[in-house]
Amino acid sequence: MKKLVLLTVILIFSGIAFLSVATAKKITLKKPYKIGAVLDVTGGASGLGEPEKQTLMMLTDDLNAKGGINGHRIELLLEDNESNPDNSITKAKKLVGEKVIAVIGATQSGTTMPFLPVIAEAKIPLVSVAASWKIVTDPDTKKTRQWIFKTAQSDSLAVSKIYEYCNKNNISKVALITVSNGFGDSGRGELLRLAPDFKITVVADERFGEQDADMTAQLTKIKGKDAQAVICWCIQKGPAIVAKNFKDLGMTQKLIMSHGIANQNFLNLAGDAANGIVLPAGKLIVAEQLPDSDLQKQVLIAYKTEFESKYKGARVSTFGGHAYDAFTILTNALKKSGAEPEKMRAEIEKTNNFAGCSGIFNMSPTDHEGMTKDAFVMVQIKDGKWDLIK
Amino acid sequence: MKRDWLIWLGAAILIFATPSFIKSPYFFTVLIFIAINGIVVLGLTLLMGFAGQVSLGHAGFFGLGAYFSAILTYHYHFDPWIAMVLALVATLFIASLLGIPTLRLHGHYLAMATLGLGVVLQIIFKEEVELTGGPSGMGGIPYLKAFGISFSNDYRFYFLSWAFMLLLLGLSINLVHSRIGRALRAISQNQVAAGTLGIPVSRLKLLIFALSAGYASLAGSLYAHYMTFVSPGPFGFMASVKMVAMVVIGGSTSLWGALLGTALLVSLPELLTKLQDYEMFVYGIIMILVMIFAPKGLAGMIGKVGSLARIRLKEPNAGTG
Amino acid sequence: MEWHNQLAQYLVTGVTTGAIYALAALGFTIIYNSTEIINLAQGEFVMLGGMIAASILPLLGVPLWMAVIIAIAAATVVGMIFERLAIRPVKNPSVLNLIIITIGGSILIKGVAMLIWGKDDRPLRAFTSTQPIHVFSTVITPQSIWIMAGTLLAVVLLHLFYEYSITGKALRACAYNRKAARLCGVSVERMVLFSFGLSAMLGAFAGVLVAPITFTSYDVGTMLGLKGFCAAILGGLGSNPGAVLGGLVIGTLESLGAGYLSSGYKDAIAFSIMLLVLYFKPAGILGKQMEKV
Repeated sequence: MKKLVLLTVILIFSGIAFLSVATAKKITLKKPYKIGAVLDVTGGASGLGEPEKQTLMMLTDDLNAKGGINGHRIELLLEDNESNPDNSITKAKKLVGEKVIAVIGATQSGTTMPFLPVIAEAKIPLVSVAASWKIVTDPDTKKTRQWIFKTAQSDSLAVSKIYEYCNKNNISKVALITVSNGFGDSGRGELLRLAPDFKITVVADERFGEQDADMTAQLTKIKGKDAQAVICWCIQKGPAIVAKNFKDLGMTQKLIMSHGIANQNFLNLAGDAANGIVLPAGKLIVAEQLPDSDLQKQVLIAYKTEFESKYKGARVSTFGGHAYDAFTILTNALKKSGAEPEKMRAEIEKTNNFAGCSGIFNMSPTDHEGMTKDAFVMVQIKDGKWDLIK
Repeated sequence: MKRDWLIWLGAAILIFATPSFIKSPYFFTVLIFIAINGIVVLGLTLLMGFAGQVSLGHAGFFGLGAYFSAILTYHYHFDPWIAMVLALVATLFIASLLGIPTLRLHGHYLAMATLGLGVVLQIIFKEEVELTGGPSGMGGIPYLKAFGISFSNDYRFYFLSWAFMLLLLGLSINLVHSRIGRALRAISQNQVAAGTLGIPVSRLKLLIFALSAGYASLAGSLYAHYMTFVSPGPFGFMASVKMVAMVVIGGSTSLWGALLGTALLVSLPELLTKLQDYEMFVYGIIMILVMIFAPKGLAGMIGKVGSLARIRLKEPNAGTG
Repeated sequence: MEWHNQLAQYLVTGVTTGAIYALAALGFTIIYNSTEIINLAQGEFVMLGGMIAASILPLLGVPLWMAVIIAIAAATVVGMIFERLAIRPVKNPSVLNLIIITIGGSILIKGVAMLIWGKDDRPLRAFTSTQPIHVFSTVITPQSIWIMAGTLLAVVLLHLFYEYSITGKALRACAYNRKAARLCGVSVERMVLFSFGLSAMLGAFAGVLVAPITFTSYDVGTMLGLKGFCAAILGGLGSNPGAVLGGLVIGTLESLGAGYLSSGYKDAIAFSIMLLVLYFKPAGILGKQMEKV
């Protein structure tokens, strides 16, 4: 009996304590702004998704430490789609169900395209960190999608930059070797589409699987053709294997890769085989080599310093940079518009001369990407370091 | 048999009552996935539990249904219902064809052959880019429509998918308690003996194999029209393994076990969202532990508890023996 | 490039990959012979070999050969623990039970690996220099030679073990007739434990051999294991030389297929071969005729 009384007293006291804390919180704080994010944190694109996740978390903490936006805390709801397009749809629906006011993501074009209808139906802005121009522009009607924006440079820009480099270096015949997934397919599509515009001939078009551990068969076939450069479009370990096989086979063509390898992980895996590889990249990885007059230099160095000190041992990657831009553009708009989706959307469209990590953004109702091909610079890998090609 | 129908009725009532308790729309998504996966698992239970044949490739048939529906409705503008029927017929045909050489095998060989089939099917989905959109998948699949309503939101689709489930459950209950069902159980106990009793073993095995593939195909079509997007991802070896796990953990000799297993394993990742990294680990542990300690699965455990309770209720003085 | 040079290049790749499949297949065969169990977790032992070596090397700063030995030893222990905890306790295992358990084991090991080592790919230093050797215009990397030599060595040692050591003979006895072996004083339980350990050892050996070429990550085991199984079936489940032959054949056909037909359908080759074997000659090339198949 005594025990029962004691228990009841404890319960009552805890109840009172709990209630007072709960209601106290309610009185002093404004409703937090819920921002959702769907990222490829695990699975085939984890090397890209992980730094994106870390960046978003870092920036959310920073903003909240400064008091949030107009007194509203930011609540980041982060979902992992496991690099799977089907999961993207499910997670997007989940976030919409939790009443987020905007969404960031997903990491790849292949995992972003599928849930665009969910976003459009929910009528909230999406700022994607994936590359394909088809994300912001409907490929059939060529109209800009109303609610969708992106901060990653289009792969069409990357390809243009590569072909420009080829023209400058008298390369007119190229061989393609691309991975069979969303990223690779998109790049391959652009490479084939834009080649005639730059008077480039594609003499070989090889593909390999995401999980393939050896590409000597495909490279051997390419070796037999008269290509002057080999362009490889892949992310994660595939390009490192291609680089090694390429070196082992003693191939002498120029090896060009996509911006997908612009991270430390590639350098770790490829080792010596990476020397001499040329790629288009966002300015982040060569931030220190930029002239002081470059408008992005300050932003890049600040982001790099903060990221590397917060996440010891990690190196910045351009993908984290896309997340930085998405978050900043979104929150900048939020500051002006408040948590109303249509107003946020209109504010995002007004983004003007914003120097971000991926480029300088100038958005408009017809341009939801806002960058030009100068967002890319050509970089060559030398002795395990990124070297800006001037 | 009556017991099964009573449970069926209870389930039906539960299904129609549930929406009033649901606040978050995401719940519907999870329940829809339970229904869709459940249909595949139901078919698989008939094959594995009642007929005793293992299949490690059923996600392939699931994919066939999904892709047939997707391709016919998107590329060729078929009506979704007609496409679903065509997909079913096509899958039944393909499964029958593949089943003839495959079902001559036993035990591990059968398992690995079905595994191989499933893997090859998924590779085809990935490679035939013109038709399937390749690894990036294909979107723009139209919604299912009936009596003027379009099943375009989760609430409506919930009822559609569970209606299919109830229908197929009813079909399965009938099958299990019919002569064919008894013949199948005989086959699973001892194939040779069953043969000597005059049971057309090969034909029945083929029948149930194709039927279970048909269940998977219907589920696949539903999936395609729910997501309005399909990609090869959910149709590979791992997916087939998960389906088998659902059968086994639920209890392969019980239709209700199929549902239980599906409900558990589909909701597991949702319950573990904070511990997402641990999902694989937990899956593996559950599979091993259930096999060691409860080989008849959850339904078996519930059955045991149920029968224990019954003994106690009937004879409270029993015990010392 | 001359057609014969291209062919030679494909063959080099094929034999290298084939050697790895052969080691994985041997792992399956060894366990199958003494237990009639198909261990679908075999691929994970391959993964563990490469993974442990790749993570120990920078961590402990030991020389490569030591990291390799530690990795193989650790994987062997894992294999034996797996047998003890997951296989032994099952009473009256049916085929389905065993399939589920070994798949569950594979998923579990993968899950633990992901928790310990994360999702990144890891490189492993090549055993010797990375300077490729040129034989006419065909290129062979030193690591390929290590792989082929290592596999050959393993196969020879295994054969000697089975032929001349007591334990080896005991294992063979279990394969022929368990009851009789028990009557002769062979502890069948111990032989089962031993086969799992041996199998894991071979798998891990394959893993460290191939990691310098393909990198390693928590999920490389699955496909490798499955293809190793295809090789075991092709060669004839239960035959050691069959496993090696099967591995080499599948590796070579894969490479030739990727080179001459379609690189996209490369993975389908191994499985299609397995299906054809199962449909038309389930005993495989060198396998014993099964009475009930």
